[in-house]
Amino acid sequence: MSARVEEKHRAPIRWMHWINFPLLAMMMWSGVLIYWANPIYSLRLAGREIFYFFPQGFYSFLGVPYRLAEGMQLHFFFMWLFTINGIAYVAYLFLSGEFRGLLPTFGSLKRSFRVVLYELHISKQKPPQGKYNDAQRIVYTLVILMGAGSVLTGIAIYKPLQASLFTSALGGYEWARWEHFWLMILFAAFFVVHVVQVAIAGWRNFQSMITGVEVVKGEGETE
Amino acid sequence: MKEASENIDKWPDGLENSANALKERRSLSAEMSDAEARKVLASRSRRGFLLGGVAALAGIFGWRWLPEETKVGFLQNVFRFNESVTSAIFDPTRLSPQFPVEKVTRPSRVNGFLGIESEIDLDAWRLNIGGIQGRSSDLVLTMDDIRKLPKTESITEFKCIEGWSTIVQWTGIRFSDFVTAYTPWKNPEDMPPYVSLATPDGAYFVGWDTPSIMHPQTLLVYEMNGEMLTSNHGAPLRLASPTKYGIKQLKRIGRIDFTHERPQDYWANEGYDWYSGL
Repeated sequence: MSARVEEKHRAPIRWMHWINFPLLAMMMWSGVLIYWANPIYSLRLAGREIFYFFPQGFYSFLGVPYRLAEGMQLHFFFMWLFTINGIAYVAYLFLSGEFRGLLPTFGSLKRSFRVVLYELHISKQKPPQGKYNDAQRIVYTLVILMGAGSVLTGIAIYKPLQASLFTSALGGYEWARWEHFWLMILFAAFFVVHVVQVAIAGWRNFQSMITGVEVVKGEGETE
Repeated sequence: MKEASENIDKWPDGLENSANALKERRSLSAEMSDAEARKVLASRSRRGFLLGGVAALAGIFGWRWLPEETKVGFLQNVFRFNESVTSAIFDPTRLSPQFPVEKVTRPSRVNGFLGIESEIDLDAWRLNIGGIQGRSSDLVLTMDDIRKLPKTESITEFKCIEGWSTIVQWTGIRFSDFVTAYTPWKNPEDMPPYVSLATPDGAYFVGWDTPSIMHPQTLLVYEMNGEMLTSNHGAPLRLASPTKYGIKQLKRIGRIDFTHERPQDYWANEGYDWYSGL
């Protein structure tokens, strides 16, 4: 038996991925502290309220009430780190060529349905898996765009007078706040799905985001 | 790539896997025994988890260990840093969008009674102004002195720091017209860098930077939504401006001081951003 060690995630990708985790967590937490002061959004279906953001129990459990000032202090500190990390990540993706493994390619959308069918155990046909499969390519790219969207809608709310043209382009101050809020909800939803998927994918996959490598079978010729 | 996508069932799963077909960068080590590979992996995992664990613990416990004053001081400095960045990048004379009168939010929203809880005798009210160049005592003005200046209207979006906003029709005089009329200063650059405003009882006080208060949409207001300013909204005279959150737009102004020192600010003392610029 022989094996090879494949370098899967390069060090900068791993660092920026893990640094992003507490940064995004702090942005969401401080965002909730701020949102509490004017909690007006809910999930509606055909005019009926399905879920109100957020129930009183959620706030009291987490100790959210009356921390608006603290929320703003944290939010307007971590925004710098979150933005810098995000820009560095995207810059690295393109400079290193790593984007080739991440961005969707022709046919990714079509093939991503096969991923979904396979993962729901509806189809037994294994979809092609590079570093990421096609569903991952699409979702991970969307997450980067969501990060950019969060920063941009954030600027529109943060400086609605100085960035007034941009704020108006987003539909105005109140719409920009709504967009900023829903991007946060999407991040939360992504986080849940991501953690579940990583758990299902197993240890070998998970540890590769920490060590950077996976062990693959060694037989046969490689490039 | 397109060709490849049509033959995906033929994409190999082993060493020649889809990553190759997709032209992803793959770097594979030389062949080694399973035991060697396991060793490489184990040492890399140990290092990774150790590093991650130490970093996480250092972050959490380091933050908890820091004294409260240090943390608050640090975050206040971040506010100052953000202020210096944004005031350097942005144009202080940029105008906020104006709205048609139909868009005015009705009924208007009342929020906060700091400094205006007591009854006010409107006839006895005076505006006291200190810190004017060349004067050793306060300048004292009546509402008639204010109304003499050019009446200005501005329909802008009022933004509360809590996150809600309303559209309000403000009528009064430009703060900059007031400065031109009652002080010797000819332009904002000659003025002291700060302005302090307070309610007659001194219970509520705010600090402004001169460029923001001299903004053409910053008004001393005596009418709101086409009617006389009510007591709840700060009669007889309040500040209104789209350049700052509502916490800075003082109701029932009793004192104005031009000053070289950054003024105390009620909500900044409670941990909010002193600048609170929009």
